[in-house]
Amino acid sequence: MEKIKIALAGNPNVGKSTLFNQLTGMRQHVGNWPGKTVEKKEGAFRYGDYEIEVVDLPGNYSLSAYSIEEIVSRDYIVDEKPDVIVNVIDAANLERNLYLTVQMMELGANIVLALNMNKFASEKELEIKSNTLYQLLGIPVVKIEASDKTGREDLLNAIVKVSKKPNDVSNRLNYGKELSEHIQQLQEIVEENTLSGAPSSWMAIKLLENDKIIIETVEKTLNGPNILSDVKRIQKHLMEVFGEDADEALADARYGFIAGLIKESVKKPKIDKITRSEYIDRVVTNRYLGIPIFLLIMWLTFQITFTVGAPFQEIVETFFGWLGETIAGIMGTNWFSSLIVDGIIGGVGGVLVFVPIIFLLFLMLSLLEDSGYLARAAFVMDKFMHKIVGLHGKSFIPMILGFGCCVPGIMATRTLENEKDRLLTMLIVPFMSCSARLPVYALFAAAFFTAYQGWVIFSIYILGMIVAILMALIFKKTIFKGMSAPFVMELPPYRRPTIKGALIHTWERGYLFIKKAGTIIFALSVVIWVLSSLPMGVEYASQASVTGQLGTAIAPVFAPLGFGEWQPAVSLLFGVLAKEVVVSTFGTIYGVGEDGGGIMMALHDTFSPLAAYSFMAFVLLYIPCFATVATIKRETNSWKWPIFTILYTTVVAWAVSFIIYQGGSLLGFA
Amino acid sequence: MIKKLNELKAGQRGIIVSFKGKGDLKRYLMGMGFVKGADIELRRVAPLGDPVEIRIKGYSISLRKEEAKNIEVNVK
Repeated sequence: MEKIKIALAGNPNVGKSTLFNQLTGMRQHVGNWPGKTVEKKEGAFRYGDYEIEVVDLPGNYSLSAYSIEEIVSRDYIVDEKPDVIVNVIDAANLERNLYLTVQMMELGANIVLALNMNKFASEKELEIKSNTLYQLLGIPVVKIEASDKTGREDLLNAIVKVSKKPNDVSNRLNYGKELSEHIQQLQEIVEENTLSGAPSSWMAIKLLENDKIIIETVEKTLNGPNILSDVKRIQKHLMEVFGEDADEALADARYGFIAGLIKESVKKPKIDKITRSEYIDRVVTNRYLGIPIFLLIMWLTFQITFTVGAPFQEIVETFFGWLGETIAGIMGTNWFSSLIVDGIIGGVGGVLVFVPIIFLLFLMLSLLEDSGYLARAAFVMDKFMHKIVGLHGKSFIPMILGFGCCVPGIMATRTLENEKDRLLTMLIVPFMSCSARLPVYALFAAAFFTAYQGWVIFSIYILGMIVAILMALIFKKTIFKGMSAPFVMELPPYRRPTIKGALIHTWERGYLFIKKAGTIIFALSVVIWVLSSLPMGVEYASQASVTGQLGTAIAPVFAPLGFGEWQPAVSLLFGVLAKEVVVSTFGTIYGVGEDGGGIMMALHDTFSPLAAYSFMAFVLLYIPCFATVATIKRETNSWKWPIFTILYTTVVAWAVSFIIYQGGSLLGFA
Repeated sequence: MIKKLNELKAGQRGIIVSFKGKGDLKRYLMGMGFVKGADIELRRVAPLGDPVEIRIKGYSISLRKEEAKNIEVNVK
């Protein structure tokens, strides 16, 4: 079987991931905000006699060296030399999309154009003659619809054909005589010096554009200084001719070339039609309504999650209570039934109870993400984030995703172009209360604040945001001094989230939660049960057990925070692995199996309501889970930031809980 | 009349006549369509007064006024 290596490239948010999923049958995450695919993803599928390997590249507007995504994409094209690049294009946005195409042609890529989203193009009354485009560019142009299978056969045919007989696109690009001559001239100099593996004409263009990476590469070569002085000379000459910098002249020339293409191949209406998105934005980002709507949407997200989730949660709770009692009834009281009922059902069941609300939370976040609202939230909040907090409007997206899970939140910081902004956002995302912490609040709020459950939980979320903002302020004044990056972000058209899409996302993310309950939390529940039963003959989960001794050893640290008993101490210790474990530890040591209210009753012996609130705040703020720390390590490629995160979050957690408990006591709360 | 892009009122349109400055960001924005002769519209200002939403080449993009002031527009 023959192998064909293809890569999907294109502007952000044009449907590359959707096409990737359609081709490979995989289920990569798809969302409606630019910059979602932060690292390249790979897959493979069969087509006739071919095995086609696909790489989904992050979205780019151009191949300059402005952001990490751009560098990842162009390095891939230069170094890996895929057989075919499928350039996915938003047909409703042809002009800007073709700018990248032109740059990939400069790079000598072997391209197939996949015109996607033709529906939106027809809504805008654009009529694209793909055959004319093909003749002008020398590149096959296929109309597809990534979301169904329209055009799939044609696309695959074109891919195979082009892989056999690469496009000949030399001399297609026309930047005018003056520019072409000088590119040619510089190209010859590059060739004489046999620089790197990239095409010489592309190197010449990038040198003229002052591309920092290419200049660095050239600087290191033997003849580097001479080449760069040649570049300077040509740039000066072009400045005299065009009255503008070479990079500007090149951008003008590219857009000029594209304007010619469009004129020949697209029929468009005289005036831009006012789109549905525009009508929505008139309300959603309105001067007076923008911020109230943002707050309302955030509030509704949580309100719906909890009110709709509550009855389902009760059903699951009742089920585990019944299961525990039934098993205890059948097996009687012995060590094995204790392992099953106290250890496993107490631990794993204690966490699974929260599956309904966690699924709902993910569903709400998926809807926000797929609709295109997140980009508007960044637009509305940028000034606040920028001027007051010193963050970046785009920091908002990682922060909101952090409510679901901090791992994707931290990965999404890659859309921030400035390294300082990115690190800063990474450090505060863990304060966004992720879904794994929800079981802890839900348990404590139900046990201590029955009448105000919703408000108490909401206040914890707000507390997390306030701490995040305060810490950002402090960091910005100390370790991350300096300017933040400009705010340049596309506002994609709103799209109606599909039920299927939203359910798939919800299931994928929710499934991970269940899987974690079945693996890590299951294993830890057994470990905690064992530790609670040792040494031999000790009363189960008493202070004399290993668990009890561990907890007793570290408990004094927490005494000033209002929970100096050994049980909360040990649950926090295990909770570092995953925050749900705080709940499963209580479940295991208090033995929830006997009856439903078990944990709650037992909690009242250990905590006062004030101490319970202080504990919730501590769980919110202290060391993010293992997975988050590991992600920070991977994303920063050093141990410095993950270790810093562990230390500073713990200090912050202790300080905040101290203020809550001691302050609350002074004010006369108990 | 030539105005800086950040001085346009919501709903005003024009044609880009010059783009001041240098560097990566300028190159990036040029890639997104901010080139001489392009039709441009300031759609709206964010509720807190910054950033602004710009309509160019048939799509919407958000910029801060800080960046917008480098772009000069011949207002229609």
